[in-house]
Amino acid sequence: MAEIDTTTAAPAPEPGKPVSVRRGQPLWVRVLPYLLVAPTVIGTAYLLAYPLVRNLLISFQKFGIAQLIRGGAEFVGIDNYQQILSDDKFWGVVGRTFVFTAINVGLIMVLATLVAVLIGALGKWMRFAVMGGLVVAWAIPVIAATTVFQWLFQSQLGVVNWVLVALGFEQFDGKAWFADGNSTFAIIVLLIVWQSVPFAALTLYAAMTTVPKELHESAQIDGAGSVKTFWLITFPILRPMFGLIGCLEVIWVFKSFVQIWAISQGGPGNATLTLPVYAYQIAQSLNRYDLGAAISMVTVLILAVVLLAYFRQMFKEEGEL
Amino acid sequence: MRTRLSRRLTLNVLALGVFFFSVFPVYWMVLTAFKPTREIQAETPSFLPTNVTLDHFSTAVHADGFWTFWRNSGMVALSAVLLSLVVACLAAYAVGRMKWKGRQAFILMVFIAQMTPWEALLIPMYVIARDTDMLDKLPMLTLIYFMMTLPFTIVTLRGFLKGIPVELEEAAQVDGCNQFEAFRRIVFPLLAPGLLSTSLFGFITAWNEFAFANLLIIKNQNQRTLPVWLSSFSNTFGTDWGATMAAATLFMLPVLLIFLVLQGRVTTGVAAGAVKG
Repeated sequence: MAEIDTTTAAPAPEPGKPVSVRRGQPLWVRVLPYLLVAPTVIGTAYLLAYPLVRNLLISFQKFGIAQLIRGGAEFVGIDNYQQILSDDKFWGVVGRTFVFTAINVGLIMVLATLVAVLIGALGKWMRFAVMGGLVVAWAIPVIAATTVFQWLFQSQLGVVNWVLVALGFEQFDGKAWFADGNSTFAIIVLLIVWQSVPFAALTLYAAMTTVPKELHESAQIDGAGSVKTFWLITFPILRPMFGLIGCLEVIWVFKSFVQIWAISQGGPGNATLTLPVYAYQIAQSLNRYDLGAAISMVTVLILAVVLLAYFRQMFKEEGEL
Repeated sequence: MRTRLSRRLTLNVLALGVFFFSVFPVYWMVLTAFKPTREIQAETPSFLPTNVTLDHFSTAVHADGFWTFWRNSGMVALSAVLLSLVVACLAAYAVGRMKWKGRQAFILMVFIAQMTPWEALLIPMYVIARDTDMLDKLPMLTLIYFMMTLPFTIVTLRGFLKGIPVELEEAAQVDGCNQFEAFRRIVFPLLAPGLLSTSLFGFITAWNEFAFANLLIIKNQNQRTLPVWLSSFSNTFGTDWGATMAAATLFMLPVLLIFLVLQGRVTTGVAAGAVKG
């Protein structure tokens, strides 16, 4: 803001625009914005940029428990990367992470779209109830949700097995879900989808309310059913929104860690071992911080590609910062 | 007519299905927490609260260190949020009300910071904490949670600030307020609701965080936070599912309350904040 008490009245700034800092103003006015953002910049530098750089460095060093305690890690070039890239297990984990992400995001997007369309078609009270229910599923802390899912699928007392047996599927009597790789994988997918659909559905619904009603009406007059209307009208208009939410979900699912770690630590076998879990596991159980850091760097690189797509889409949408 | 009626019926049945699937796991958690143990272990589960008991809650509350973890989580989350609020307020004002070289670059930095894959920073954070003698110390977690919530806070506050006309401040300055006073008297009160809802979301992030709390607090068990304690319930309660669900319910309570307080804003504000970066 320009100082008002100067005797030479500055030309009136355009309303609603930030006031530009011109020359001829006292020095402190010119440096003020930099002082105001300084804490943010310092915080980001020390707590975000530095750890990332540090991670990069560790991935090029020999860094085990000895170096952690005594310091003095030496650089070993690309040894760590060679070691992980030549390891079949690592490629298995990469493939699994992509499959895991694809299944989750596919389910999330399809279900969220269906739920959003459904909300739009409901009466006032039912809409309120469904949205309330979604918010509850969204609000529960991840670690609490994880604990609850372990209880739902508990082999002896879990309600899921009881319901399945009651429905006549005798083979689920006492089924140990978490002893088997595929069923553990499926439960983690279910948990993540259950917690992620609310955000996507509510956001898509909010976006759908911005589509002019006349368009829908005219499409229906032309004899298009609701499915056709969605593909002809709603989807093309909201395509950028679908793209943005899709990107966000890919990022969130790809790096999901807590659910997997708390339920199975990547097991049984390696059935639920994804990149973030693998990095953590190697660092924690083998004390190979260098390999863990290299795996994290690969994760960051893959995510950066998705992120670029996301930002491109966003700046197209926003047009300004 | 009949087709329209059956269509409405189908829609409502579907809606009930969505509602049921959304709510059931949470309902089951709370229900289990209030059930007597013999009902939890019964052959046939009861789906409605018939006999309500508070035993499990008392088991959870009297568990070793429960209050310590509760306090730790609260302290860490609150201090992280306060720190991030102050720092974000300054930055949002500079971005929203001033023109300066590097402003665009700064905003871009904040957007990128908001998308940081924190899970990938676990290992270097552990090493840095060790280097600086911050392992097993809650302030380390406070700093990390502060940084986790800061970008989001800046972005949303900037959005709120955009909605407050500059003319109000200018008028105040004409009336003889200086810039700081104009902010304090005019902008801050208008910004307060935004500050509140933003900080509540920051609080939830910090309250729920598990990975760093699990990695950086190892030796000193008194410095653990609730999510870590909850995830190790099997060590605490064995197979006492009632107590586990009671603990999970208590852990969820503050978050659910916050969501209820923010009802309207939750969907719109956060969705906008999350989608716009």
